[in-house]
Amino acid sequence: MAAVSQSAMTAEPSVASPKMTARDLNLFYSDNQALFDVNLDIVERQVTALIGPSGCGKSTFLRCMNRMNDTIDGVTINGKVTLDGRDIYDKRIDVVQLRARIGMVFQKPNPFPKSIYDNVAYGPRIHGLVNSRDELDEIVMTSLERAGLLKEVKDRLQSPATGLSGGQQQRLCIARAVAVSPEVILMDEPCSALDPIATAKVEELIDELRSNYTIVIVTHSMQQAARVSQRTAFFHLGKLVEVGETDQIFTNPKDDRTKGYITGRFG
Amino acid sequence: MTDMASLMEDRAAAKVISDKMHKPVDWDSPKIARNIKKRYAAERRFKIYGLSAIGVALLALFVLGFSIVSKGYSAFFQTYIQLEVHFDPAEIDPDRTGDPAVIGKANFDGLIKQSLRERFPEVTSRRDRRDLYGIVSGGASYDLRERVMENPNLIGQTRKIWLISGDDFDMLNKGYIDAEVDESSRRLNDQEIGWYNALVEDGAVEKQFHARFFTSGDSREPELAGIWGAAVGSFYTLLVTLALSFPIGVLAAVYLEEFAPKNRFTTIVEVNINNLAAVPSIVFGLLGLEVYLNVMHLPRSAPVVGGLTLALMTLPTIIIASRAAIKAVPPSIRQAALGLGASPVQTVTHHVLPLAMPGILTGTIIGMAQALGETAPLLMIGMVAFIVDIPGGALDPATVLPVQIYLWADSPERAFVEKTSAAIMVLLAFLILMNGLAVYLRKKFERKW
Repeated sequence: MAAVSQSAMTAEPSVASPKMTARDLNLFYSDNQALFDVNLDIVERQVTALIGPSGCGKSTFLRCMNRMNDTIDGVTINGKVTLDGRDIYDKRIDVVQLRARIGMVFQKPNPFPKSIYDNVAYGPRIHGLVNSRDELDEIVMTSLERAGLLKEVKDRLQSPATGLSGGQQQRLCIARAVAVSPEVILMDEPCSALDPIATAKVEELIDELRSNYTIVIVTHSMQQAARVSQRTAFFHLGKLVEVGETDQIFTNPKDDRTKGYITGRFG
Repeated sequence: MTDMASLMEDRAAAKVISDKMHKPVDWDSPKIARNIKKRYAAERRFKIYGLSAIGVALLALFVLGFSIVSKGYSAFFQTYIQLEVHFDPAEIDPDRTGDPAVIGKANFDGLIKQSLRERFPEVTSRRDRRDLYGIVSGGASYDLRERVMENPNLIGQTRKIWLISGDDFDMLNKGYIDAEVDESSRRLNDQEIGWYNALVEDGAVEKQFHARFFTSGDSREPELAGIWGAAVGSFYTLLVTLALSFPIGVLAAVYLEEFAPKNRFTTIVEVNINNLAAVPSIVFGLLGLEVYLNVMHLPRSAPVVGGLTLALMTLPTIIIASRAAIKAVPPSIRQAALGLGASPVQTVTHHVLPLAMPGILTGTIIGMAQALGETAPLLMIGMVAFIVDIPGGALDPATVLPVQIYLWADSPERAFVEKTSAAIMVLLAFLILMNGLAVYLRKKFERKW
């Protein structure tokens, strides 16, 4: 198993200055081990896709990267995850601030049952990022603009966010995450609850966001991984099997399991 | 290879099963028709059971409502007797001082007795006169004094005044005393009924709206007794209960749901809270007696002690309802807030609590309604005392509505029967009001997502 990760690392030498890294990460839900010695580098201002069959640990791994697993009882983690070279599991790290630096978008759109404006303004408000109403207005507008939602909602910023369509809600959640100016955005199957048109819009958006943010996306759709990501990591049974440039993974996978998965022989 | 062989075997077995299952069904056969008929009959029976259950419930409700209202409505009216009262200056203010202190101390009772003697001059014996004075309530002299204090010009005049009647004559007027019954077995003798009839012929007997019932405290005289003292006592008691049990209950629920680790200790706490909800209320009364009165020496019969005791009783209800409401908030909302970098406390106060509030308020008001109707624990801490004064605060001796009902139901005078029913009506009105408030608040704070 160590050999596998080693071969992956040698095939794709660890990148020069990764934004985030995971080293020998093991995770246990009570007695069940869900992640085994995961070593992965996340490159700055790129989209990294995590693929693999259901239950392979890719979402679990994603949630390790902003310590969302802390909120679950009975989870133990060992190993190291760094952001800009600093261990995020260090006792001196403030989780609240960490989660502001590493935003997250969830599988199901989960807007707060408040107005569209308040949804986006919530992050800047709790972190005290703004001094005046005007500044806040500006952040809300730019965030909505970045999420490609401004045109559709600018006349009804005060209406409830729950009245938006599923795709709009998901883009609102992205705008909400963007509003606190995170460095990394984690996306956990952001399109699984959306129709193809809304999915296309969100994918387009991810591609645009790449110029400003580092993005890690978990997806079940191989086409989506191929379309939006620059690097792809394949997980299987809690192990990172292979990681590399997306083109290489999809055209010339080194591991038989990767080959089997992307050609649809198992999954 | 062995895999292949076992696979083939499996397939063969599956084919046998599917062949067996593939016998065509004759949907028009009599057996199927019987089955359908049976199903429809079962549906009809079920509907009849449901309707009759609702019918029984409605009938019970109607009987309850009817018996209370039919017995109690007459308590909202009171018989008044018109008498010609001479405001004799010699009696009220002999020295013409005009001083309210002097007027206040005058013998107004004597004035009323004088008027009665003048109205029925034929009554001379001491014993008959005592009966005669019973026509007018002992409380009428207070009304008369108030009237004169407000308008001192009355002194020296003779006026026709409506005076509140004694309870027996009130009962006679309301038809609760049957003149046909043998004299020895009724509260009023033939002579008294004769006086009453004479007054009726004069047009000097009248039923008026009984505002005093809603404004005065308890009394030994049914015609003077009112519900206000108990209502105020209930108000202070519930205020103390709410002020304690709502914050403590909600905080406990939030901690247990959102922060507490799931270990043996919290499991024990949970089980105990659920058990407390099932403890008979009298036990809480005994606890209140021991802890608040015997150990802490808080004032006996005071709403503050009643409130403290009822708070103990209400806490489990509020905690259980609040936990259910908090649990019903979708986890995705918590994740959204945490994912944005909200602290756990911010997540709770900004998102979870507002969304859980309708459920929490409903639980709280149901708990409060329960506390409003509670009698047993309050008997233990002395709130069953006879208290005439309207309490001015949570430390004054007081009684509460359900205890007042209990006290009146226990009183021997016939007139207290209707008071009891009327007090029940007032209590039920408060309960309906509170439940209405619960529905309103739930509708108001409910947010959809």
